[in-house]
Amino acid sequence: MAETLLFNALREAIDEEMARDPHVCVMGEDVGHYGGSYKVTKDLYEKYGELRVLDTPIAENSFTGMAVGAAMTGLRPIVEGMNMGFLLLAFNQISNNMGMLRYTSGGNYTIPAVVRGPGGVGRQLGAEHSQRLEAYFHAVPGIKIVAVSTPTNAKGLMKAAIRDDNPVLFFEHVLLYNLSEELPEGDYICALDQAEVVREGTDITILTYSRMRHHCLKAVQSLEAEGVDVELIDLISLKPFDMETIRASIRKTHKVLIVEECMKTGGIGAELMALITEQCFDDLDARPVRLSSQDIPTPYNGTLENLTIIQPHQIVEAARALKAGVI
Amino acid sequence: MTQADTSRDATGGTLEASGAPGCSAESTHVAGPHAERLENLYPGTPATVDREQGLVLYRDMVLGRRFEDKCAEMYYRGKMFGFVHLYNGQEAVSTGVIKAMKAQHDWFCSTYRDHVHALSCGVPAREVMSELFGKETGCSKGRGGSMHLFSREHHLLGGYAFIGEGIPVALGAAFTSRYKRDALGDASSDSVTAAFFGDGTCNIGQFYECLNMAALWKLPILFVVENNKWAIGMDHNRATSDPEIWRKAAAFGIPGEEVDGMDVLAVRAAAQRAIERARSGEGPTLLECLTYRYRGHSLADPDELRAQAEKEFWAQRDPIKRLAVHLTEHNLASGDELKAIDREIDAEVADAVEFALAAPEPSGEELTRYIWAED
Ligand SMILES: Cc1ncc(C[n+]2csc(CCOP(=O)(O)OP(=O)(O)O)c2C)c(N)n1
Ligand SMILES: [Mg+2]
Repeated sequence: MAETLLFNALREAIDEEMARDPHVCVMGEDVGHYGGSYKVTKDLYEKYGELRVLDTPIAENSFTGMAVGAAMTGLRPIVEGMNMGFLLLAFNQISNNMGMLRYTSGGNYTIPAVVRGPGGVGRQLGAEHSQRLEAYFHAVPGIKIVAVSTPTNAKGLMKAAIRDDNPVLFFEHVLLYNLSEELPEGDYICALDQAEVVREGTDITILTYSRMRHHCLKAVQSLEAEGVDVELIDLISLKPFDMETIRASIRKTHKVLIVEECMKTGGIGAELMALITEQCFDDLDARPVRLSSQDIPTPYNGTLENLTIIQPHQIVEAARALKAGVI
Repeated sequence: MTQADTSRDATGGTLEASGAPGCSAESTHVAGPHAERLENLYPGTPATVDREQGLVLYRDMVLGRRFEDKCAEMYYRGKMFGFVHLYNGQEAVSTGVIKAMKAQHDWFCSTYRDHVHALSCGVPAREVMSELFGKETGCSKGRGGSMHLFSREHHLLGGYAFIGEGIPVALGAAFTSRYKRDALGDASSDSVTAAFFGDGTCNIGQFYECLNMAALWKLPILFVVENNKWAIGMDHNRATSDPEIWRKAAAFGIPGEEVDGMDVLAVRAAAQRAIERARSGEGPTLLECLTYRYRGHSLADPDELRAQAEKEFWAQRDPIKRLAVHLTEHNLASGDELKAIDREIDAEVADAVEFALAAPEPSGEELTRYIWAED
């Protein structure tokens, strides 16, 4: 069977869900005629019409708010952030409206909406286009947050997010759209709240997500050669964390390394570490270790940019030290 | 307005305005430029109502007024907490618009000043009062409070506490209406949405963004500005380049109307025109209703900024008294009948208080309920 690129896997998911349920619609900047900035909705407007694949003016807070109102009254909108960073303008709609409204309304309304788009540090895109908003949005109650990392989970998670009755923040990564792999056949979905055990191992647990999964895989190859047996877990769900899977792994390895692309302060790893300390303290043989991006705006210069985010060799070193008990 | 301005015309009479009528911030009117605009307003043809309709409007406005008065009483008696924004003086807008729409069919969106909109939508006074008391029987189960009244049953999209954020939500409801008709082929989908918000809110981006999108896609929506001249302590004329908000519609190629917001029949007539346009697929309308809030911004506001002459000007144009005069002069109802309605409303409000006082608190065991759709 032919391989599918990640952006096409997402497109397939949206296409299939739009065909399955006429209430599913897409809105955002350049999602229609232009096909989306990363071609995730290419040609869908021709198939479903301009109302169902709605090109909006550049007005993030208002079109995101419009999606909230549409979701409250029966539609299932997918909002594309042309770049997830732009959704800072819609922070109010995502937190006050999507996140809190069901609660403040005492259950009057549900908001089945997906907010998706490219996040993460790309190649020299500059600070504003290299953001990791998952950490900023992490404290918002009432939203689910997922990060996809392969064509297979991208498709399965997108379908699950669309079918979910809660608002889902759906993080893709600018550098992963061209990953390709053979997709499972038929109509499959991946659970939104389940971590993926990418590789089983017994020495240390590595927890990661999004593009860093691939950095970790590279590291795991060299670690394997050195005899370090890593259990690699892709978190997938950043909110809530799949603590069951995480606990089970730490019970086995007693050592945990967190690898993330977001900044260290107030990051995903910070919360994860707190939970691990609370829930797995007695199972730990060493303090949990965290590898995060520097707490700085992502620099444009390529060398500096590489120094800002974690590289595979740093993962190897940290894992080696953790196993050897010298960390 | 300076002190010198206020003293210039003590008669309160109509002044000739130069240029655009009555919009100048340098108004010499004793009660200020907002009052001057109202006086110079070209009186459109008000709605005609029969006895039954007239009494519906009267009843709704009195309910709004008496309910809010009771809220003030309960707030000062320590039964209700937080920021409580009352609607006294503005009743003609809520009643004029909402009672011209179809209950439980059309959609309504409000702000933190939302009690009376909720009542006009048909949310029972018991449920609204319960919500203000934080009780389980509240329309938002005691989780929302004064600024977050919601009722799916009555198509109240909610009270939104952040300036401007309700407008896009209302736009979304209007989008759904069009989507159902044109994308799902449901010819019966003709619901219209009304978004209510204040003069100060017309300076935020979402207002303009949504006028643009509504015009672009011809969405069935009424943008109802309740221009009460004040945004807390910010005088409208100090906050905006052109105080005549209705004129901003022209930039988006949609109809804009300036309405006497103290006259429920004028509001109703303007709303009916806008609803008709929206329902027949002609798109949005911007209604600027000139009105005034009698009380401070919220019950926590000492209300020290506003001139006495200004307050008196608007109090003399009380929308409830005005409708009462209309109904009696046109022999649609007698003074005694109206007094009887007032008493009924008082009883309804008293009942709401009694009900809310006796109602159960939400259970602590349900603290985390309603976060997720499944729960
Ligand atoms: C985004 C935001 N900024 C500031 C406030 C504080 N605030 C509450 S009401 C208000 C004034 C609004 O005035 P207006 O739109 O005229 O409505 P009115 O209160 O007169 O009904 C302000 C500044 C807020 N609620 N939201
Ligand atoms: Mg105001």
